[in-house]
Parts: sequence; C-alpha cells; structure tokens
Amino acid sequence: MSLIEYAVIGLLVLTSTVMGAALILLGHFVRPRKPTPAKLQPYESGIPDVQPPRGRITPRFYLVALLFVVFDVEAIFLYPWAVAFDVLALYGYIQAALFVGILLIGLLYEWRKGALEWV
Amino acid sequence: MDWQRLLVSYAVGFVLLNVLLGLMAYMTWFERRVLARMQHRVGPNRTGPFGLLQPIADGVKLLAKEDIVPANADRLVFLVAPLLSFALAPLGAAVIPFGETLHLFGLEIPLLVADINVAVLYVLALGSIGVYGIILGGYASGNRYSLLGALRSTAQVISYELVLGLSLVGVFILAGSLSLQDILREQQRALVIGSLTLPNWYILSQPLAFALFLIAAVAETNRAPFDLPEAETELVAGYFTEYSGFRFSFYFLAEYINMIVVSLLAATLFLGGIDGPFVDGVWWLALKALFFLFFYVWLRATLPRFRYDQLMGLAWKVLLPLALLNIGLTGLVRLWGIGAL
Repeated sequence: MSLIEYAVIGLLVLTSTVMGAALILLGHFVRPRKPTPAKLQPYESGIPDVQPPRGRITPRFYLVALLFVVFDVEAIFLYPWAVAFDVLALYGYIQAALFVGILLIGLLYEWRKGALEWV
Repeated sequence: MDWQRLLVSYAVGFVLLNVLLGLMAYMTWFERRVLARMQHRVGPNRTGPFGLLQPIADGVKLLAKEDIVPANADRLVFLVAPLLSFALAPLGAAVIPFGETLHLFGLEIPLLVADINVAVLYVLALGSIGVYGIILGGYASGNRYSLLGALRSTAQVISYELVLGLSLVGVFILAGSLSLQDILREQQRALVIGSLTLPNWYILSQPLAFALFLIAAVAETNRAPFDLPEAETELVAGYFTEYSGFRFSFYFLAEYINMIVVSLLAATLFLGGIDGPFVDGVWWLALKALFFLFFYVWLRATLPRFRYDQLMGLAWKVLLPLALLNIGLTGLVRLWGIGAL
C-alpha cells in the first residue's frame, strides 16, 4: 500500500492514451480525406438544419444532475461508515439512519413536487 | 520508490491492457454469434473458421475509413473526446485480482496491478469520468441528435451510478473494507448453516444488492434494454451520430471494455472472483465473467427498449429506495450478528 500503486495506474493512463493516439495516427496514413461541403453538414436525417444545433434544453436534466450531486455525496459519506461498521455499532447505525432519513425526506419531497416526472 | 516493484506491476498492467483489448475485439464476435443464434441466424462465419477473423477485418476496415469532422463541430473537443472514453475504460481492471502471486524468473509477480485500499471507489470514479467522453463528444458534434443523446446518456449514467454505488454499501458492511483483496478474502471463508457448508459468496448474503448491481451495471454501460442514448429509432446513433472511422470505433470499443470490466467486478464482488476448486483462480474468474457477458447478450436478444421516463423513474423511484432499504436491513442483521443489538 503505497504511492507505487497509484504511480502504476498513472503510467497505465498514459499508456492507454498513447495507444489510442497511435491508432488514430496509424489510420492517418491509410484513410482517405475528401471533405465536401455536403459531407460536413450535421446529420439531420436528410433535412437541412434551420436552427442552431445547441439550442434550448429542458431543465429536467439540470434537476437530475442536482439530485445526483446530493445523493452521490450521501453515498460517499456512507462508505467510511460501512467500512467502520463493526466499530461504530449501534451508535453509528442510528446516526447513519438519521442522515439517510433526512435525505429520504428530501427525495419524497422531490417526488411529490413532480421533479422525478419526465412528461 | 521501489523501482523493481513498479516495473513488475507496470508490466503486468501492460499485459492486462493488451489482453483486455483483444478480449474486447472478441467480445464483439461473441455477441454477434450468440445474438445470431438466438435469432435463428448464423452470424459472421466467412472470415476464418467460425468467423474468428471478423474482428480483425472490422478493425482494418474502420482504420481505413474517412475521419469526418463536421463543419460546425468544436474541433479540438470533437477529436479528443472519444480518446478520453477509450483510454479510461480498461483502467478499472487494474484493481481486480486475477489470482495468487506468481513466481517466475525468481521474481514475485502479483496477479493484481494495483492493490489500493479504495479499489471499488476507484472503479466507480472511473465510471464517472467516462461520462465526460460522452457529454463532450455529444456537445462538440454540433448536432441536435448528438446533444440530446449525450444529455440523455449522462442523466441515465449518473442516476444508475448512484444505485450502483449504494447497492455496494451492504457488501462493504459485511467485508469491512473497500479493497477488493479484502472483499475476496472474506468470500473465501466457508459459510456454515447447520449441516450445510456453502462458499461465503456475497450473492448469497446480499441477493438484493446483487440484483440492483446487475440492473445498474447494464444501465451504466448503456446496454439494452437501457440503450436509450443510442435509440436508433429516435436519435439516430445518440452521442456518436457524427463520428466516423476509428473515432466512432473508440466509443464502440469503450462500451465493450466497460462491459468486460463490470463483469469482472460483479464476479469479484458477488461470486467470489478467483475462488473455486481444481483449476487456477483466473479460469474461475473468466468463467464467472463470461456468464455475465453472456447475460448481457441474452438481455439484448430478449428485451425491448425502455421508454425514457420509465428508465429514469425506475432508477429514482424503485431502485434507489430499494438500495437504501438493503443498507438498512444489512446493517440491522450485522448489528444482531456482532451482538450489538
């Protein structure tokens, strides 16, 4: 258990990136390159596009992201509790139950408010 | 720094990386063959015996295809995003134990690339970073289908990642560790119920967590019946609509590598990983992972695609409360088990 393990992972990140880049580079020598204006148009099932491609987006995605952050933090807090479960015993269990309970009330509130509906 | 250990671990990792890339190529072959059989077809059978050379033919073909960058794409991000997805996908396998320590040429070679104590957290974190490849690629394409596909995919992956993460808390309570080595060691003990002796695999003590993990893992890797981001009937090809040639294949390959890594993880966490009699652990791990990979293909051949609202509803209204319930129940049983209740 030391920095070596992480150094190895770092080296592997580098290796797999270089391997991917090498594949792209290799293809550079064999693939054709003949761009035409029609080919570079965005694919819209054959219909010319009329609106800018990065238009408005429904805010529901934003809501999901927000909910995710709240509950992901909860999950991360539960990990150390789970690892030390036998030591913390009943006291820790009650604390975790309170913590999850509060967030559960939040989830129920979101549910009732319709933040989890998609139509 | 211990240079010898670094070198040996890196060498094992390098071999593992290449083995994964080869496996991933043959996973595409495996899927096409099995899917074909399930649909009363033959599948690819012309390139080599049983079509075994098909993945190589596909690779060469994709390498020789034009690499189109659309006119209104964000050029740099468009070019880098698939590489990000591809480069990070195989790294999750670095923390999975493949067997006991090997003795070769007077060297101790651990069949585990990086024995870090937060192994599971590391795999989940890699899954989160993988989302960047999807959303950056979809956004940079400058195409409405791509953008919508990327957003859907992101919302889906983060929702199910939550379920994935929470479903494992029960396992951590039982094992008392986030390290896959420790979790494996716990599972290698025998579970004795009366006159019955069973392996202490967590699928037996955590069946609900296993089911949740399996469902979330299928959704996390964007596979059928949760392959909404690439629903071809409504979104063409989702976030990689505008990609062509080898950059397209990077997304495709990343999906298959993710499937393999998740299968290895599921086998290690719930089915005892390398635990098994007679042959070396690595064969048992391979067999268990193969079962999950077959399950993936089986699902794709059997189930129709979910509707998007059903998909998100399932994650937040059914799976998330069930995951929390599992944690509560596991905790209670454990408290009773250690005599604190």
